[in-house]
Amino acid sequence: MTFQLICFYAFAAITVGAALAVISVRSPVHAVLCLVLTFFSTACIWLLADAEFLAIALVLVYVGAVMVLFLFVVMMLDLDLDPLREGFVRALPVGLAVAFLMLFEMLSLIGVRALKLAPIGDPAAAAGMSNTEWLANALFSKFLLPFEVAALILTVAIVAAIPLALRPRVGVKIQHPANQVRVDPRDRVRIIKMAAEKPAMLDAPVVAKPESPTS
Amino acid sequence: MITLAHFLTLGAILFCVAIAGIFINRKNVITLLMAIELMLLAVNTNFIAFSRYLGDPAGQVFVFFILTVAAAESAIGLAILVVLFRNRATINVAELDSLKG
Repeated sequence: MTFQLICFYAFAAITVGAALAVISVRSPVHAVLCLVLTFFSTACIWLLADAEFLAIALVLVYVGAVMVLFLFVVMMLDLDLDPLREGFVRALPVGLAVAFLMLFEMLSLIGVRALKLAPIGDPAAAAGMSNTEWLANALFSKFLLPFEVAALILTVAIVAAIPLALRPRVGVKIQHPANQVRVDPRDRVRIIKMAAEKPAMLDAPVVAKPESPTS
Repeated sequence: MITLAHFLTLGAILFCVAIAGIFINRKNVITLLMAIELMLLAVNTNFIAFSRYLGDPAGQVFVFFILTVAAAESAIGLAILVVLFRNRATINVAELDSLKG
């Protein structure tokens, strides 16, 4: 048993254990933290598969951004956990049965397919490149259009997520430029024709009595 | 020596754990979203293993795209979750039946 295999078994055990904790712990905050552990140990496993760039990207993007977003939302919501947990025990046998059945089917398929693949060396090293270079060569030549589409998808996600979570605040004084441009002077000022009038207080003495303001 | 079967077995186990999580946490939207993330992780592990053992960079490129789409999906999903909680004060899936005819 090589050192790599020992590392693989250790990381795989941590991954599976943390994944089981994600679906079984009571508190959503603990579930998110276990999911962080799952992602981190999976990144280690990806490192063992010579996918360095994606392992680092998983830690940066998932542990750094998506899981923090999850944690933020979970902590922001004031959850009542008891109604969410009901049916947990009742659904447990069905869930376990389906999961074990699927696992059995997949493992039997793996036993058939994996025998036909001889293990080869690191393909990136065989091409004389680092993993990042090897990935980038494919990404920026053959997959350039999907790469642009991925950027577009991220932009669309931002544009969709901001109006969803944005709450219009009431009673706040803000300018509406459209209304400012559209304004008509006749709505603001009304000019009335009237006879000229001399203001009374100019003539009046300084100590004029209030009951006789006019002369 | 780590073989392809090791990675595929790990991916299968992760996927089935996520399936079981969806079954036993049917009420909690947050746990459902996390189970979906686990499924994507299992699929990504399979992609990387095949990319490594077939010597084809397309598998890793697909993992890159899956990561992108999953990040967008969880951002929008969590935004919907926040709006849902603001309007209904619950995230219980069993109570979200206002579209029922």
